Amino acid sequence: MKKVSVSFTLNGNTVTAEVPVTWTLLKTLREYFELTGAKEGCGVGECGACTVILDGEAVNSCLCPIPEVEGKSVTTIEGLANEDGTLHPLQEAFLKNNGVQCGFCTSGMLMSSKALLDQNPDPTEDDIRTSIAGNFCRCTGYVQIVESIEMAAKESK
Amino acid sequence: MPDHLFVGKSVPRTIEADKVTGKAVYIDDLKRPGMLYGKILYSNHAHARIKSIDISKAKQLEGVRTVLTGQDIPDVRVGFLKDQTVLKKDVVRQYRDEVAAVAAISPEIAEEAISLIKVEYEKLPAVFDPFEAMKQESPLVHEIDARGRPLKSNILPLPWKFETGDMEQAREDSVYTSKDTVSTTWVNQCCMGTSGCIAEFDQNSNLTLYDQTNVIFGHIGRITEYFSQIGLRGKKIRVVNPVVGGSFGTKLDTDIYEFIAIQLALKTKKPVRILFDREEEFQALPPRQPAVFTIEQGCDKEGKLIFRHCEAILDNGAYTSWGATTPSVMMMPMSSLYRVPNVYFKATCVYTNNIYAQAMRGYGNPQATFAVETSMDTLAEEAGIDPAEFRLINRNRPGDQTPMKLKITSCGLEECIKAVKEKLNWDEKQGKQNGRGVGMASLIHVAGGARVTKSDGHGIMIKLDEYGHVDVIESGTDQGQGSPTVISQIVAEALGVRPEDVFLTFGDTALALWDAGTHASRHTFMAGNAAIGACAKAKRQILEMAVEQMPKIIKMGLKRKKRKDPEFVEPDLDFGLIANPEDLDIRDRMIFPKKEPDHPYFNLPLAQILQNGLLVGTGQSKVVMAEEFYDPPTEMLNWEMKGNLSMTYAFGASGVEVEVDEQTGEVKILNLIAAHDVGKAMNPTLLLGQIYGAAYTGVGYGLTEEIKVRNGRVMNPSFRDYQMLTAMDVVPIEVVIIEPIDEAGPYGAKGVGEPGLVPTAPAIANAVYDAVGVRITDLPITPEKILTALKERK
Repeated sequence: MKKVSVSFTLNGNTVTAEVPVTWTLLKTLREYFELTGAKEGCGVGECGACTVILDGEAVNSCLCPIPEVEGKSVTTIEGLANEDGTLHPLQEAFLKNNGVQCGFCTSGMLMSSKALLDQNPDPTEDDIRTSIAGNFCRCTGYVQIVESIEMAAKESK
Repeated sequence: MPDHLFVGKSVPRTIEADKVTGKAVYIDDLKRPGMLYGKILYSNHAHARIKSIDISKAKQLEGVRTVLTGQDIPDVRVGFLKDQTVLKKDVVRQYRDEVAAVAAISPEIAEEAISLIKVEYEKLPAVFDPFEAMKQESPLVHEIDARGRPLKSNILPLPWKFETGDMEQAREDSVYTSKDTVSTTWVNQCCMGTSGCIAEFDQNSNLTLYDQTNVIFGHIGRITEYFSQIGLRGKKIRVVNPVVGGSFGTKLDTDIYEFIAIQLALKTKKPVRILFDREEEFQALPPRQPAVFTIEQGCDKEGKLIFRHCEAILDNGAYTSWGATTPSVMMMPMSSLYRVPNVYFKATCVYTNNIYAQAMRGYGNPQATFAVETSMDTLAEEAGIDPAEFRLINRNRPGDQTPMKLKITSCGLEECIKAVKEKLNWDEKQGKQNGRGVGMASLIHVAGGARVTKSDGHGIMIKLDEYGHVDVIESGTDQGQGSPTVISQIVAEALGVRPEDVFLTFGDTALALWDAGTHASRHTFMAGNAAIGACAKAKRQILEMAVEQMPKIIKMGLKRKKRKDPEFVEPDLDFGLIANPEDLDIRDRMIFPKKEPDHPYFNLPLAQILQNGLLVGTGQSKVVMAEEFYDPPTEMLNWEMKGNLSMTYAFGASGVEVEVDEQTGEVKILNLIAAHDVGKAMNPTLLLGQIYGAAYTGVGYGLTEEIKVRNGRVMNPSFRDYQMLTAMDVVPIEVVIIEPIDEAGPYGAKGVGEPGLVPTAPAIANAVYDAVGVRITDLPITPEKILTALKERK
């Protein structure tokens, strides 16, 4: 299969991937870079488990063809914690307030809410719910996820 | 109340930090050296004879390592009633029947190979309605049973029947009666992580199965039986859980794909992973069991229930998994939710050419409670009694023994119903039928284990290293419920360490003692009790060690002090305070005498004692290791379906206020109160998470979720078309925790995993009736059904 060489910024580092041209960003992250935090929950952009941040916007990486990532900046769950290993306020809040149960949706939830807080540090509940509208969760009923994001927003102030 | 350091506190889930950093390894993320990717070809007919299968093109595709059909593997029957084979070679009986399987070097090649397999079918007459399927002239789904005997009917040989009292007399004695027919449909468990496993054989044909099952030892039992029929008798099977991306019932049985992975691994001598895509998860994973109930109840003029009579028909689908056993759990609410002396319940499971069903959170209880609680409302209305009052009149009470012989120990049902009434402002709002309405429903569920197999045991092993780290080998599965945190709290409390000192290993049959499974809301109760037992034994060992080591350490310390400071006057210490293990205790990593916890010399770190106990010299070194296998004194159901199968029972009530738009038929939930009797809230924040999540799934069950099956085929196999609730579906929910400390529970706790789901849908249905006066008796309560009912009423 025809391969393509794509260079972009991944969690702050400049990287180049040589992968089949048909691969998505999700597949490249998981298979080429072995960053398996982003999950494939449906593969068709419905569940949000694969959410990463692409140039500041939360996107479904399962729908993003890898050639389109050229020159862009990608942040994944693996790039969310601080370099010294301390957790981002969102990660802390999810652990503290039970925003995580089985954890399969968690990476996507965190990246969607990170994109939100980066753009809007003082979101309303409605803003929060809208930001994770495309992230499905079966465990939590979303209640403690929304609360966790509210908690992190407050902590970050 | 004893003063707990960790139990009852909202300890954060720090132990699960891997889940918020992308480090947690799910089956999707797990790769074994040389691993191949398996893929399954499913039938595209509901009932057909396989005329031929052409695998030649698939085999020739580069990167394909094997292609299997039913001709290539032993013709062994599997499943609860042994009514199917792993790959079907003669007849397919449902759309999702497994016809062929491929193992290849990449998922893409496996998928392409599947598309190259050509199957020729000859269609057979099919039946999709269980009532039609029961008729004499119906086509037979199975012509023979597991032993090869001819079958004359589609009715399964599973006579679920419960009977107590004198039904004829009870009918005569009743002043008011009601009769309803209600039905529930297929819903998907919707685990965010799809089904999958990796099968791997070693050179001696011993199997390691990396698998998401929550019944790791049940898996071994079923695979051992399978092995004995395919020439692998006596081989060792090890089941290992990766991090599990949700379970909700899907991981209870050994599914066909798991047997297929085993066959592909056997054939290729390579590890093989099968991982479902989402469409497969909707099409090929058995969902919740649908059922139709005809329920009658009667009461006296004061509103006391006299009888309950219910017949249920279950569309079993083409094969039998745990769905066909859900009547065993339906019997619990049927016989024991509210006091009712005369009960008749019969459930008939019928083969059809639809998809077959299995377990889902609540296991038959949500279906049966929908029937009972619909009937409670219609009978209350018939008797002219307020529905909440009617429930209070008939509520279960502590000390009751129900007709099913369940022994009710602690019971907070009265408090739960009253809490719902108060929070909803019930007396003011009920009975208006002005577009807004309130409704409620209650529940009973097992909450202290469930003896559905001869052992309901759970084993735990703990060991301490010389630094005070505690390894806990858990025999259960962590499927996201929060057990790593809760069990670490219990161990820390019981042993005298901190939760961060506790390291848990879940889900590995090679390491763990036996366990009946992480199901039936039993894990905290069973593992908690096992952990307390194991900790008591380990603590005894530590304290025996302390009795030996403490005086030596203290005396040496004093000597050292004296050497450094000749002026130092040795205190006159009473070593009698630390002479016996019974005199000592451990708390927050320190060992001290019970009589003088703050003694200035007799307070030593646990780790120091452990080190001194180990590094003591030839022939005297000791390590600390203890196990407990907790198997409670409960009973299996007898032939009459009676027996106290759980140590305790959970009760609860849900109350819902809705607004119904009579123009669009849309239901808006204004308020949901979930009041639950939990025994003891071990970790209040995690407890809330269990109830919120379960209640939300219950709202989906009530209002939106349905696998649409038409002529045997799933028509909506995607999240977009299935309509699981999203974060935009705001349900204002308030949880009320009732804590009637249960004597049998660990620190008083009862199980809580499933209860939150059970009463939600019937509470919504009752609220819709209270709002607009139409009763929707088949789930889900869609706008179309409400509009149709409103139109019919006019």
